[in-house]
Amino acid sequence: MSLTVLNVIVAVVIAIGFAALNAAYLVWAERRGAARIQRRPGPNINGPFGLLQPPLDGIKLMTKQIMIPGGADKILFMVAPVLAMAPAIMSFVTIPFSENIVAHNMDIGVLMIFAFASMGALAVLFAGWGSRNKYAVMASVRAVSQNISYEIPMLITAITVVMITGSMDLKTITSAQAGGFWHWNIFPSLHSPLMPLSFILFFICSLAETNRAPFDLGEAESELVAGFHTEYGSMGFGLFFMGEYANIVIGASLTTILFLGGWDCPFGLFPGVWWFLLKIYLLIATFIWIRWTFPRTTIYGLLNLSWKILIPLSLFNLLLTAGLLKVF
Amino acid sequence: MNPSMAITEAPGLFTADGLTGLIFLIIMAATLIGGIIACCAERLVRAVAGLMVCFVGVAALYYFLNSPFVAMMQMLIYVGAVCITIAFAIMLAAPEESKKNGPAGPLSGPLGFITAGIITFGLIVMALRTQFPILPKVNKGTTKEIGIQLLTQYSMVFELISIVLLIAIIGALVLARAGRSK
Repeated sequence: MSLTVLNVIVAVVIAIGFAALNAAYLVWAERRGAARIQRRPGPNINGPFGLLQPPLDGIKLMTKQIMIPGGADKILFMVAPVLAMAPAIMSFVTIPFSENIVAHNMDIGVLMIFAFASMGALAVLFAGWGSRNKYAVMASVRAVSQNISYEIPMLITAITVVMITGSMDLKTITSAQAGGFWHWNIFPSLHSPLMPLSFILFFICSLAETNRAPFDLGEAESELVAGFHTEYGSMGFGLFFMGEYANIVIGASLTTILFLGGWDCPFGLFPGVWWFLLKIYLLIATFIWIRWTFPRTTIYGLLNLSWKILIPLSLFNLLLTAGLLKVF
Repeated sequence: MNPSMAITEAPGLFTADGLTGLIFLIIMAATLIGGIIACCAERLVRAVAGLMVCFVGVAALYYFLNSPFVAMMQMLIYVGAVCITIAFAIMLAAPEESKKNGPAGPLSGPLGFITAGIITFGLIVMALRTQFPILPKVNKGTTKEIGIQLLTQYSMVFELISIVLLIAIIGALVLARAGRSK
């Protein structure tokens, strides 16, 4: 018991460090990537390639005064950023980075990640409501309706993978895909001819769940100032950003584990944590690429996409997979 | 920890039992404080926040009782769905901070306190008098075993719960339908 507790505490500390480092340097990567795509310089002054920009930004955010707007709900306003960050940290505990690098492997890993991810919407709600700002309230209503509607196809698609593997254990799901890229879940097999479609569904949903463009209606800066974090300055804002990037890392990790074979090497050579990291950073690069390439959709287009296209498709996929698993 | 052992003296804080007890107390405190906030908060959104703390506490209790599957379902359904739905309903329906209004029921005031006191007293007496037998572990509590049990031995309960949900959905549809014709 106590050893497990110690294990989890150490893992949480490491996860916070990993999330903070990722947040800092993914912001840098995002800004450099955006600049490259939009043909402008980006942060390139502090240090080589602007690599010193993230720590300087961090110092700036931490030394700024915390401003709480008059009339705001003080407690909710202060709690919301922490609530945005904490579930993301908890999800790292169960993600297997390689065969041995996992803090606490659970036989319900998939369920645990979704359980904690579902708390993120509440953070956005509390932030928007606590700010007492009409733009923030509008943005949080949008963000939450979006989160709810994209959680459904995401879960259904995850269930498809769980059915094929017969386990919710992230380690078992990865091991089932070992031995070359043709075993990965992304490629169609006899039981699941529509797997590439599942992957695309899951990827779209994880883009929407992390509130990334083209689905960033929650912080549409042309209409809603800065969305639900309009009133946040200093480290409150910083925590929201850390939470967002931690969620992106978790989304990429989950996609990697469910569809891309986790730490497995495409050619069966040297499986290990490096393959896992390579895969998640490639996925994150795709996230950034998509964000700066596509324009923002409208809220109706967004909700229609989920309810009229993604959910029926994922349900059909689920039924087909269940039927084929029964037949063969 | 050996469950059949009668605890005669309080264990030290830094032993395994002591830490376990401390974690249990923290979970209980979170659950109770969350519940109290949910009942007493003036603002509805704060009440939802309290409810969320309470649900997380209950989920932690399930986890503490070595039932991670139920704990995660509690998080997913109650925190992730119920709380968000309530908060969403508040945002759509009551943009103004609604104060308590309407006449207080007959149970408010001294009568309510007496009722609460009697119930609390009764529960305490019951908890102290009951012998808590240590039941043997039925199975490992994995998802597979829970699924098999739910669809064989407890299939009746399982189906009845789905009927309750169906009634809830029909009720919501009827209410929405009535609102549309107005």
